[in-house]
Formats: sequence, structure tokens, C-alpha cells
Amino acid sequence: MALTEKDVRYVAALAHLELAEDEVKKFLPQLDSILEYMQKLNELDTTAVEPMAQVTYPAAENPALREDRPGPSFRQEEALGNAPEPAASYFKVPRVIERE
Amino acid sequence: MDLTAVTIPEIRQGLLERQVSAEEVVRAHLDRIATRDQEVRAYLSLSPERALEQARKIDRKMAAGQALPPLAGVPVAVKDVILTRGLKTTCASRILENYVAPYNATAVERLEAAGACVLGKTNCDEFAMGSSTENSGFFPTHNPHDLTRVPGGSSGGSGAAVAANLATVALGSDTGGSIRQPAAFCGVVGMMGTYGRVSRYGLVAFASSLDHIGPFGRSVRDVALVLQTIAGRDPMDSTSADVPVADYVAGLDQDVRGLRVGVPKEYLAGLNAEIGDNIQKAIDLFAKLGCKIENISLPHTAYAIGCYYIICTAEASSNLARYDGVRYGYRSRKYSDLRDMYRQTRDQGFGAEVKRRIMLGTYVLSSGYYDAYYLKAQKVRTLIARDFIEAFDDVDVIVTPTSPIPPFKLGEKMDDPLQMYLADIYTVNASLAGIPGISVPCGKTKSEPHLPVGMQIFAKHFDEARLLQVAHAFEKAGGFAIA
Repeated sequence: MALTEKDVRYVAALAHLELAEDEVKKFLPQLDSILEYMQKLNELDTTAVEPMAQVTYPAAENPALREDRPGPSFRQEEALGNAPEPAASYFKVPRVIERE
Repeated sequence: MDLTAVTIPEIRQGLLERQVSAEEVVRAHLDRIATRDQEVRAYLSLSPERALEQARKIDRKMAAGQALPPLAGVPVAVKDVILTRGLKTTCASRILENYVAPYNATAVERLEAAGACVLGKTNCDEFAMGSSTENSGFFPTHNPHDLTRVPGGSSGGSGAAVAANLATVALGSDTGGSIRQPAAFCGVVGMMGTYGRVSRYGLVAFASSLDHIGPFGRSVRDVALVLQTIAGRDPMDSTSADVPVADYVAGLDQDVRGLRVGVPKEYLAGLNAEIGDNIQKAIDLFAKLGCKIENISLPHTAYAIGCYYIICTAEASSNLARYDGVRYGYRSRKYSDLRDMYRQTRDQGFGAEVKRRIMLGTYVLSSGYYDAYYLKAQKVRTLIARDFIEAFDDVDVIVTPTSPIPPFKLGEKMDDPLQMYLADIYTVNASLAGIPGISVPCGKTKSEPHLPVGMQIFAKHFDEARLLQVAHAFEKAGGFAIA
């Protein structure tokens, strides 16, 4: 096994996931076998191959960006409607900056 | 007349001949859902008021002698990863359990503008991550053909709803096979258009370079009618293609004689005999219809699963970073500070498969592994796409099985995520290449309990009309009921 419990905890921290001890133990062999399976790609020599980040297609004109014109948008109460802790006109979060 | 066992043209005819009202059609579906869905469990939530209000609007148009829009009175189910204004859109995740969509997805907007009636939101794997709908944060859906088996996934609720006559058509999403595989498992038609053919606006993002919205139906014509309605450029999705939408329905009955049907050897080697027999009979049927059968090779097929699961998890880990308990969704009640709030929220809100994929995606993008995994996968994606482009120099369509296995038992694969991933072997390739694919029924397995088998057809980019034409010819020739 190439992956370690330490790796699993490190990646969980990067992803802002709090994993319980039993989850770390469960994920370790699963992630390890999947990552090992992914090594199969190394059978292919891709030194001269361009990476493909997006599906591209020949189109006469593909205006990726629309014109920057103001249009209707959410009212404030709509934008805040799904907030887990509603506040008057903003999203409420725990204190981020401590007072001295 | 059973008002739930109907196609779109039959509903239209019924309305135009004043044999039924749209309200009666919708009520017949709601009644059936009230009983049959207790065992199938295709729906996460229902929207009877919305559907009935829309139906009454259609009936008033009819009474006033106005022309009916193309999908007037058609009951549609919508996968719960697609936004429906004013209705809950949970992605089958605890983290969005109480999320009410503030706007409609473009596909929903277009369906309702065409007269369709949204019955409710269907179950799926959490955030569309899975191949069995067992990863739903709420409950699993059962295959209507055998309630002890899975309906496939991730759009299992949409596939099961259409198969059990709990909706005439449905919207699903397909990232690596999530429409085509449940269509195969449930014995219905499911289609993914070319990447960019249907706007993704209002589709909750899983893997943005692979995500599609697409239709389910019980006939190719119904699927063509829905695709026709939802396809086309949308200024709200910069990746939606500015390519004209063909008249799919008009092309359905064109002759398929002389068309070249490619059969890739990589998809048939070592295939489950129950599935292989049906696919061979399907190929024989195409030959009988006058198509030219060509043996072809897509040499990088075996690398698609590895390539797909690197790319989709990488994109997922980035897309799902937004669920932090701040602007919407669940927030943990207990935490010590902001960072702890993120971590507790995500730990309690996400299920195991979503966490696994976020972990994989974070790993393959992390410092020291980016080139070895993510960049490598993007290069292999080029090779897989090139396989298809070269194959389409010689053939018009490609025919393959949709799934290497028939619908499996609930719980059978839940402990082995890699085995579950490998079940996507025939669907992820087209997703990576961005070409359109459709799954149509091609008979049932020989052994009890005679489960549906699906056949997949691919065409080149934006050749949806050809795909639908070939699928329709197969259906008309009796291919759905291959014995």
C-alpha cells in the first residue's frame, strides 16, 4: 500500500473535511486501490500529446461571452433566502477577526 | 385508456380530439405515484400544485381555441440536481436538504414554456456521484422491473419514474453515464447530447467539463421531442454551443439503408454473455435493415475509467468547495471557529461517496501529484477523443452495450467503490470525447428474472439527428423487444 493514514488526513484537511477515525480507516484501502488502478494511464506515452481541458468543436462563431448588459437579478431577500443563519442583509458567519 | 402509459404524441392527440384534459393526464400520474411510488421510490418530492396549475393553463388554451405548445400537458419528472424555482433542489444530499431553488434551469424553463407539467423531483446518487442511486442521502430507488435491484444511476429516479409510468418523460444529468446506464437498467430510452448541446445553466455542477442535461422517455420520438425543446445556445451558459438545432423529429423516419454502423472490438471482448447475445442480435438487426456493419477499434478504451475518475473527481473537489455552510445549505450546529464550521458542516452534510471523490480529486490536484495524475489524464483524454474522431471517418454511428452487467442487487456493490466505477466502462468514453450517446432497450436477459438490457449508440459531435434516426429505426424494427 502506497497511501498512508497520514496522507488521508492531510488530504482531508486540504479539502476541509473532518474525517472520523473509522472513516480514515475505511477510506485508506479504498482510495489506495483506486489510485493504484489509475496508474494504468502510465502505460501510455503521452509526451507529445496536448492535454484536453474542455470539449472543443468547430463552430462558425462561438461567442463564449455574452454582452455585459445589466438585466434582472435577485432581490436581496431572494439571494439571502437559503442562508443557514439569516441576518438582516448579509450572510452571518462565526467571528473571523479576534479583538485584541 | 390508461393515461399514464402514453407517449407525447398520444397525449397531444388526446387533447386535440378533446378525449382528455391536461388536468386529467396530470391527475392520473399523481394518483399512480401515490400508490406505485411507495415501492419504487423514484421521487424525492412532488409538485402537484405546479403541475396542475400548468395543466389548467393548457386546458384553458384549448378551450379558447388557441394553438397548443409542443409539449402541452406532458408530465415530466426532473432529477433533483436540476434547479426548479420555488421547489426544493437537494441533489439527494443532506447538505442541501432544505435548499429551495431561486431560479429555473434553462432546460426546465424551456420545458415549461413548451407546456410540460413538472410533477416533481427525482432521486439520484448524491450530487450525481454513483451508478446505482444507492448513494442518495435519503433512500435508495428500486428498479421497477425487480424491486430487489438497483435502477442504475446516478439518474436512477428519473429512469425508474419513466419505466414505471410515473412520468411520461424525465430530465436527468449525465457526467459519465448517469442517464444512459439507468435508462439501460430500467428498460427505457435515455440520451446525452453533444457536450454543450443543452445548456447547463441551473444544473448543480459536479464535473463541469463533462456534465450534461438530457432526456429519458419510453420512445425515441419522445426523447427527440424533449431534446428538441431543451437544446440550443443559452447566453447563461458560456459553454452552450452556438450550433443550429436540427429538426430531430422530422429526420426520424429517414431510411437507414447504407449507413455504416461501427462495432468496436474493445467493447465486446469478455462481455457478459447475457448482454453479448442481445447486442449481437441488435447488430444482426441493423444488418437486416440494410446498414453496413464495420468492425472498428477504439484502442484507448481500457484507459477511460482511470482517465474519467481522475478528471471528474478533480473537477468535483473544486466545484463542491462551495458547500461551506455560509450562503446556503446545511450548517453544523456545533463548531469552535470558522474553519471548524466548514469542516463540521462538510463532514455532517456529505455522504461517503461524495467525501471519497472530494478526497480523490484533492489528491490528484495536490502539489506533487498534479502532473502524474491530472495532467496525465487530460492528455489521455485527448487520445480517447481522437479514437472517436478517427473512427467517425469510416462509420456514421457506433454501437456498443451500455452496461457490462445487468441491474444488480441493492447493496451488492456498496462496499467496493472501484468495482462500482468499473461498471461505467462503456459510458465514460463518450463523455470524455464530448460526443452524443443514446441508450435504447434491446431485449431482456434470458435467465430469470429477465432484466432489461441496453444498447448504446454514439454519433459524431452535433450529429444528434443521425443518432435519433438510427435509434428510431431500431425501435421501429422491433429492436426494443429482441427475444
